[in-house]
Amino acid sequence: MKSYDAIVVGAGHNGLTNAAYLAKAGLDVVCVEKNDYIGGAAVSRNLYEDWWYSNCSYVCSLLRPEIYRSLELHKHGLQVTPYGGSVQFMENGDYYGSYHDHEVAYREMARFSRKDADAYKRYSADTMRQCRFIRDFLLSTAPDPTSFKPKDLMELARIGGKFMDMGEDRMYETIRFWTMSVAEYLDEYFETDVIKAAMSGSGIIGTALGIHSPGTAYVLLHHYMGDVDGNVGSWGFARGGMGAVSNAIAGALQAAGGEIRTEAGVDKFIVKNGKVSGVALDNGDEIHADIVVSAMDVKRTFLTCMDKSDLPKEFHNRVDNFKIRGSSGKVNIALDGLPDFPALPEGSSLMYSDMHFIDSMERMELAYDDWKDGRWSEDPYIDMVIPTLNDPTMAPPGKHFMSCFVQYCPHKIEGRDWSSEERDAFGQTVINQISNYSPNFKDLILHAEIRTPQDIEAEIGITEGNIFHGELTMDQLLFNRPIPGYAQYRTPIGGLYMCGSSTHPGGGVMAAPGANAAREILSDLKRPNTVPESFGDD
Amino acid sequence: MIRQPVHQGRLKTPFHSRLEKLDFVNEWHEWKGYSTPDSLYCSELEYFAIRNATAVFDLSPMTKYRISGADSLEYLNRLVTRDMGKIKPGRVAYAVWCDDQGQVIDDGTIFHLREGEYRICSQERHLEWLQASAIGFDVTIKHETDDIAGLAVQGPTSFSVLSNMGLDGLGDLKPFGLTHFDFQGSELMISRTGFTGDLGYELWIEPDKAEALWDALFEAGKLHGIRAIGVHALELARVEAGYLAPYEEFLPVDETVRTGHSRSPLELGLEWLVDFKKPNFNGRRALAEEKRKGSNWRLVKLDIEGNKVAVSSFIFENKKASKAAIGFVTSAVWSPVCKQNIALGSVRAPHGKPGDNVWVEIYYQREMHWSRYMAKATVVDKPFWFPPRRSATPPGPY
Repeated sequence: MKSYDAIVVGAGHNGLTNAAYLAKAGLDVVCVEKNDYIGGAAVSRNLYEDWWYSNCSYVCSLLRPEIYRSLELHKHGLQVTPYGGSVQFMENGDYYGSYHDHEVAYREMARFSRKDADAYKRYSADTMRQCRFIRDFLLSTAPDPTSFKPKDLMELARIGGKFMDMGEDRMYETIRFWTMSVAEYLDEYFETDVIKAAMSGSGIIGTALGIHSPGTAYVLLHHYMGDVDGNVGSWGFARGGMGAVSNAIAGALQAAGGEIRTEAGVDKFIVKNGKVSGVALDNGDEIHADIVVSAMDVKRTFLTCMDKSDLPKEFHNRVDNFKIRGSSGKVNIALDGLPDFPALPEGSSLMYSDMHFIDSMERMELAYDDWKDGRWSEDPYIDMVIPTLNDPTMAPPGKHFMSCFVQYCPHKIEGRDWSSEERDAFGQTVINQISNYSPNFKDLILHAEIRTPQDIEAEIGITEGNIFHGELTMDQLLFNRPIPGYAQYRTPIGGLYMCGSSTHPGGGVMAAPGANAAREILSDLKRPNTVPESFGDD
Repeated sequence: MIRQPVHQGRLKTPFHSRLEKLDFVNEWHEWKGYSTPDSLYCSELEYFAIRNATAVFDLSPMTKYRISGADSLEYLNRLVTRDMGKIKPGRVAYAVWCDDQGQVIDDGTIFHLREGEYRICSQERHLEWLQASAIGFDVTIKHETDDIAGLAVQGPTSFSVLSNMGLDGLGDLKPFGLTHFDFQGSELMISRTGFTGDLGYELWIEPDKAEALWDALFEAGKLHGIRAIGVHALELARVEAGYLAPYEEFLPVDETVRTGHSRSPLELGLEWLVDFKKPNFNGRRALAEEKRKGSNWRLVKLDIEGNKVAVSSFIFENKKASKAAIGFVTSAVWSPVCKQNIALGSVRAPHGKPGDNVWVEIYYQREMHWSRYMAKATVVDKPFWFPPRRSATPPGPY
């Protein structure tokens, strides 16, 4: 069996990114993937006739522009097109639209509350201040606050400096912000229920938390801190679906001389005397390398693919207790045409926007209550987009692909595995909610892929199908992510690294964990760094 | 029933039909959701209507709030930094309001319409802040931007024009005074205020009477050189008068992301508007502290040598620019009426005291090619343009 300088396990966007930067540094790298396709959760799947489904992640904003540029992803087929706005359909037949144009957005808010419309600029500036603070640290390794290494001390000083620059009152605000709930945060600005409901969605997407749970204000930020072409907060579609992201990074990897092997699932990391020496594949093959990087989540890495005896007890416990809970599902639909939404006037720009069907904070919280009881939400929070309105490549002309992100959806139904009837009933719940606002929607459905967290786990490998590879709460962020003391991509096993979204700065198709881990590995190998620095802001 | 969407394009002010008739160049931009002209026929000529005859500017998009109730005065004294008790009915006050850190949210004019009844007129929209500041006061705050149409009538012949309209008694109105007239059965409020630093008035009326008011005004001004103007001309006059503009001389603090990029009234040369004798107002503690410790910034009016306009220039301590810049220009124009190269800027204290010399780095283009030179500038403390007619009461006939 051939041996390599480095093996990266998992050909999702982070694994590919990591491998690409290692390959660019001249390492002989192979990226192994259990499925017969690459991309992990950033993927475009051809599951029905000529339709391509972004069947996991579905929109793009957080992908670090520094990585986009340095890997020349445009040359490998990636094109991200911004889209604007969102709409909240209301039970009373009205709707709340969020428009791209500031003045139109203002007028729409003022229709509900002029005070809220005027408060938006303060909300926006306050949130942007937090974005600015965190954005700068996305492409850097979180410093260890207990370390006296010059690198850690310098980075701590840099963070401290940026923090102090905010001034006393804003420092207090920042500390509050990082720990408060999205509901409390929004209450400080807005009075209108539907406006708060519209904004709160970003605080809970991908978490097993409710809008009143502490720490969800940060999650809001996580959805706000990305940008498309410098427009912070904007979201876009990857042309061809999210697989275009992974395929482009794979192109960059191969251009740098790296290899990709599909249908090569890892059974175990081979560990001898506390050092990794390669991987044993499901098919019995072994591949050897002194450097092995896991793009899998931290639980799968250490609890499934490693002998317990190779790990320090406390580390093992920490991994065991890492919060990575299934909370969302996906319904992907091929449509015979564009559904009508009669509440919207003909030609409304909101047809092109994100659609949501929950109009109150109470309904948001009730949706979470179902999850706590081990069931999917009867009245779920759906983040629905029709990328084919922007992208001509994902469905035949006149036909459409609809992506429905659905929350909440548990990993297990009342503690047991999902039955196929239950999966269908979950899908039906989603379809029914949309049908309430689109009478011809059901008739247009040609095919639907219904994915529970269990399905996502089985196919992609992410524990409980959690889209962020672990909750984005303060106890699991920055120097705590994934495990305190192991937040710099290294593990207790020599030569074994982590580069998945369980590591700083977390999930969201940023590719930052993969890049940051590559920087640390190259530093350990005393190789020149190939990972770009943050563009910075000021 | 389908709820029609909120208006998706730019709104038209109550005077739009009249502006449209006088528009030859089709240069408009958005101002708080409304279409407003950059220019209607020629900015240079429009500017001279301000300084030489009568210029009419549609300021309907200005944000307006009506403040009434038993505690109106106490409320306003809490809100703004100056002592509103000195502003009697029939008077208008220029004022700034700050957040608790003493940073400017906005500036504007406050009209004491009648005993206990006020109007706040500002560039930005502040209902949230006004309501938050009203806690504990018996006061009603009504947003009335769209209920009041406004026209600035500015220039040396403006008094003659308005007198010609039959508005008797206007001659007694002092600067920053206001008075009410009947206009076709509606109340016409006229204040002797403006943004040009010249003799001038502002007219306020309900939107239904806007067109009739315009027509009467232009009829009365026919022989006095009355002309409608756009924002470009007004901007020239504004800098000559040394007035501040939000987003140029300061950024409203509630929209400021970066700490240190907002300004306090003391940093904007508005200390005269801050009355520390008042026991309490928003930002008082922070401003008192700043007064004790000293400010970080100072607004400067610059008289710059030469004739090349210092747009977006850095300001240095010496000609060689050997040390870091001490500030930057925020607004710069060639003043046609003063024949002076003038600018407003923000410099780090203690630089920029009146009489100081500083150096301005000017980039200029001549037939595609760019050049750079350092121009000496003098900090001045008076407005560049302050003609006696601005405050003469009664104003001359011209």
